[in-house]
Amino acid sequence: MLLTVTTTHRPATDLGYLLVKHPDRTHAFDVPTGTAHVLFPDAADDRCTAALLLEVDPQRLGGGRQQAAPDSFTLGQFVNDRPYAASSLLASALAKVFRSALRGESRDRPELAGTPIPLEIHVPVLRCKGDPAELFEPLGWTATARPIPLDDVPDDHPLAGNSVYVDLTLTGTLRLADALNHLYVLLPVLDDAKHYWVAPDEIDKLLRAGSGWLADHPAKVLIARRYLAHRRSLAASALDQLTPDRSDTVDVAEDAAPDEEAELPVVRKQPLAEQRRDAVLAALADSGATRVLDLGCGGGALLGALLKDKRYTEIVGTDVSSRALDLAHKRLHLDRLPERQQGRIKVWQSALTYRDDRLKGFDAAVLMEVIEHVDLPRLPALEESVFGHARPATVIVTTPNAEYNVLYEGLTGMRHSDHRFEWSRADFSAWADRTAAAHGYRVALHGVGESDESLGSPTQMAVFTREDS
Amino acid sequence: MIDIPELALVALVGISGSGKSTFARDHFAPTQVLSSDYFRGLVADDENDQSASADAFDVLHYVAGKRLKAGRLTVVDATNLQSHARAGLVKVAREHDVLPVAIVLDVPEALAWERTQGRPDRTFGRQVLTRMHRDLRRSLGQLAREGFRKVHVLRGPDEIAGATFRYEKLFNDKRELTGPFDIIGDVHGCHAELVELLTTLGYAVTADNAVHPEGRTAVFVGDLVDRGPDSPGVLRLVMGMVKAGTALCVPGNHEQKLARKLNGRTVQLTHGLPETLAQLEEQTPEFVQDVRTFIDGLVSHYVLDDGRLVVAHAGLKEPYHGRASGRVRSFALYGGTTGETDEYGLPVRYPWARDYRGSAAVVYGHTPTPVPEWINNTICLDTGCVFGGKLTALRWPSRELVSVPAAKEYYAPARPLVPAEPRPDDSLDLADVTGRRHLDYGYGRTTVAAENAAAALEVMSRFALDPRTLVWLPPTMAPCSTASVEGYLEHPSTAFADMRGAGVTTVVCEEKHMGSRAVVRVSRDGSGDAIWTRTGRPFFDSARNDALLDRVRAAAVSAGVLDEGGLLLDTELLPWSAKAGGLIRERYASVGAAGRAALPAALSVVERASARGLDVAALHDRLALRSQEVSDFSDSYRIYAQPAEVTIAPFAVLAAPGVSHKDKDHGWHLGIADKLVEADRTLFTPTRRMVVDLSDPAAEQAATQWWLDLTAGGGEGMVVKPYAGLGATDAKGRLVQPGVKCRGREYLRIIYGPEYTRPEQLERLRQRNLGRKRGLALREHGLGLAALDRLAEGAALWRVHELVFAILAAESEPVDPRL
Repeated sequence: MLLTVTTTHRPATDLGYLLVKHPDRTHAFDVPTGTAHVLFPDAADDRCTAALLLEVDPQRLGGGRQQAAPDSFTLGQFVNDRPYAASSLLASALAKVFRSALRGESRDRPELAGTPIPLEIHVPVLRCKGDPAELFEPLGWTATARPIPLDDVPDDHPLAGNSVYVDLTLTGTLRLADALNHLYVLLPVLDDAKHYWVAPDEIDKLLRAGSGWLADHPAKVLIARRYLAHRRSLAASALDQLTPDRSDTVDVAEDAAPDEEAELPVVRKQPLAEQRRDAVLAALADSGATRVLDLGCGGGALLGALLKDKRYTEIVGTDVSSRALDLAHKRLHLDRLPERQQGRIKVWQSALTYRDDRLKGFDAAVLMEVIEHVDLPRLPALEESVFGHARPATVIVTTPNAEYNVLYEGLTGMRHSDHRFEWSRADFSAWADRTAAAHGYRVALHGVGESDESLGSPTQMAVFTREDS
Repeated sequence: MIDIPELALVALVGISGSGKSTFARDHFAPTQVLSSDYFRGLVADDENDQSASADAFDVLHYVAGKRLKAGRLTVVDATNLQSHARAGLVKVAREHDVLPVAIVLDVPEALAWERTQGRPDRTFGRQVLTRMHRDLRRSLGQLAREGFRKVHVLRGPDEIAGATFRYEKLFNDKRELTGPFDIIGDVHGCHAELVELLTTLGYAVTADNAVHPEGRTAVFVGDLVDRGPDSPGVLRLVMGMVKAGTALCVPGNHEQKLARKLNGRTVQLTHGLPETLAQLEEQTPEFVQDVRTFIDGLVSHYVLDDGRLVVAHAGLKEPYHGRASGRVRSFALYGGTTGETDEYGLPVRYPWARDYRGSAAVVYGHTPTPVPEWINNTICLDTGCVFGGKLTALRWPSRELVSVPAAKEYYAPARPLVPAEPRPDDSLDLADVTGRRHLDYGYGRTTVAAENAAAALEVMSRFALDPRTLVWLPPTMAPCSTASVEGYLEHPSTAFADMRGAGVTTVVCEEKHMGSRAVVRVSRDGSGDAIWTRTGRPFFDSARNDALLDRVRAAAVSAGVLDEGGLLLDTELLPWSAKAGGLIRERYASVGAAGRAALPAALSVVERASARGLDVAALHDRLALRSQEVSDFSDSYRIYAQPAEVTIAPFAVLAAPGVSHKDKDHGWHLGIADKLVEADRTLFTPTRRMVVDLSDPAAEQAATQWWLDLTAGGGEGMVVKPYAGLGATDAKGRLVQPGVKCRGREYLRIIYGPEYTRPEQLERLRQRNLGRKRGLALREHGLGLAALDRLAEGAALWRVHELVFAILAAESEPVDPRL
């Protein structure tokens, strides 16, 4: 992987002084991922180019701390673009090789180090997520990003189209130190994948390299988040330090675990998720249940509300996803609850397509936005396990109303990528009637959310009551 | 000499200063002794803080419980002078079905006082000691009533000092007997069938003994008597065998009841007891007396073969193994019941076997069942001989079942014979698949780890097809042993050597199609037809799947290979990009594009520097080599990304209802594949193959050349399979790998990276460890074969599904993905 820095400042060979590298020699440095070479392909008075070429040793990539990473057992460890594309590896090498230049220090040309000079930066292969211009142009660069095609093939070939890489050229008149700091921060940000574990000391590195430009950068939130590898607490702390008065900053925590509706354009004031939760809670309260199941509890949004309500003496959340259960555990602070609370709530892994004896004997079960995540052919198995086997006195089911989707501007297809189906009111009603009849339940249907005259409500809810209850 | 059981809770009883701690130290290991002083210190930092006693005993009881649960002798060093204190110990012992034993150290009060005064930490007055002594006197008469099964009183310092211990094994502990055994199910007076079974098993049978020439031991699971025609004959034979040491016998509930009757107790004359009594009428009083003695001497269950085997009449849950108590005996005789009765008025049995997770195999009888089935490492051998079924024996340790049919129905069953746990056919229970599970699938045994089951549950329930459809999953395949041929990581020579090592004489080399493994199921009427991936997911959307399946069905019909049962095919779906298009673009083609753009740019920089006279020759050479490697790498993946129609390359026909094709050779399998290809050449891709006689070096040479030609252009390589077919076994009857893959040199670049052929990298890669992958491949293969067997037998859905699920769970094991 490679980047070149060119100046046309005269004498251009002063670049060698600023970088503390003699243009007439080759320089090699051992870095953790291989060997970093600095050499000068051009070194004339009117134009001088320094190249930083990182020769990655693939055998070193797998080693060290990475070995312990949870996904270290993936093929990506052995076949990847790290030896070729500019990334955080190159940024690390840059910081090591041009340390004093990054700090704006120069023993031989102190004045020049503080002076903007005409520069051209070339990164022939940069893995690039987003538009580099948005990150570089506010800093005084003119950015040209030429997409690199995936292969040299006709348009209808499976390998046609652009790759995720661009050939990036930046031109501008800037202090060399600023230029290098911009690259140090923004190369990994554009790549959006760090080659090492991001520890809290990365905040300091970011603040140091970003000093003087990051605080006013329009994309500073994005930069901080990506630089800190999406560790929200770190990004928040970095932004805090960037702007001591946070009243006008974005709350970084608000994107905590994407809700399904986050993918939807906002059309109403009270979030639909809240309205739905309220509707479910009201129906549950009406049923008089005290021992309740939240089947498909996900991250535990409903469980949290149930826990706050003292009428529920036993609350069980189940989900098939261990990840969701871990999240619920964390969000509800299950291991830190007061003892009495701890005795009220449990979360288990269970799958609704299998019968589960542990789910028998409860007053009510909630399936909130769950059935549409089950393949239609498997739905009878869910009906059998919930209505046939567990048989709580009350079952509350919510699911999207597909008719309403036309009101979501820009929504094509279904509301969530994992939805296996979305039903019209007629579809849902037919299913509810059939299921109720087959298992000895009565059913009442409700709309949830602001209702449209002809299309109905965004969410539909069925409340099933066991005949003998 | 003090006799105590090897496993017991020993309570030392004595006043302060009676020498309990010294006694404990002299006779027991320090870890076996739980001293109340120590626990007081533990919870209160002061061994004499009496206010901490309640907490100290809580902890002591807790620790005692853990030790007893693990089967360890435990001695409690406390005064134990008060009945409530002792009651706590008896309770802990009973909870773990261990015998409580009391050892009383009775020393004169004066001596105890003298010792107490010598200890600076004891500050109580003489009157306390006097009270203790009074308590001790009172206690002596109570101990046995309180539940202590043995009470030893040592009087005076001399007797205490001279005491020695002798440990008694529990009667049920026969771990030293390693068999081999023939465990025989409920006989119920069927003497003729018993003689026939013993003879079949190889015993020389007389009226009152049966001897096996190889010294095998018969083990009877009880219920020898009642209902059948000749209970005395059976008793005479079994009693003789037990006496002669050629058999062991545990009692059944019928023996128990007979003994109560013979001992003069009132019992209901039902369930075939009157027949036995009538038959005994004709025997001598001496014989009847012998029967009484024999039954009274029977031990409720046996732990055999180093703890690997447990025999009890009605089965035994794990915490009861090797324990002795009333409830253990009751469970062993009658099994657990739920307290309900069924429509025939018989008690509903608690399905303990379903929850059983122990490592010892439990063999039992008691509940008639048409076919003995292993359930969680337990098996019921009562095949209802007296009801006209069979008399069955289990050979141990080979686990082979041997049975003889009943000559007739001697007694009408109160309820029809049904499998031990009747289950609705197509409902699945979470308990069938989750948690840590032991599976004995006939080709081997395996344990599914709970976390792997959890991962599989998510895939199975969110993404996989209906379990009724998903009757088999393809096993993972191990590569051949690592080659030492220069420049190669895998080479035919090691593939052939692997097979030869497994005792295979003829192999078939099949071209390995680079696509996605696909299982195709079609039937004449289209019901249950599907095409699925290695993890049980559908390939395409349902319209596209259906269209593909329609074509397969049509071709199968026109080729004449689709009979009534349908066709289950193991295939490769081509091209690879049909399913892995995203992977090829995002991983391989991206790496190629980055490399092809970066390396020329770097070379140009280096060349310009060289033109300026800088010495960069070595760097230039390295970059040029990399550039060539990236170019080779690009060629390797490009061939899998050509625009192409989806085709299917079938190579094995797995099973159909009623038949598993595991014993057909690969010539047969490929013959059917060829017929399909002939029927529709655009839908099916033929599999090139070569049959190789492993004793013929020339044939091996030819196959090697064939492989070189196949892979020169980047072909994936070949799979070398035992020609005999999927069920091929070695000389010892164990399954061998169903195939090993031998991948091409260029193809492996997309697995190991563009630079893997460099000598130093190859050397490093040759250290790869194949053991885990091979074990996994073999286990998944066996599970899959067993699923096909059960499918062919028409077994219940859950019995097939638990195996398919186990294959998916095995896939969660961490294995190097490059293998």
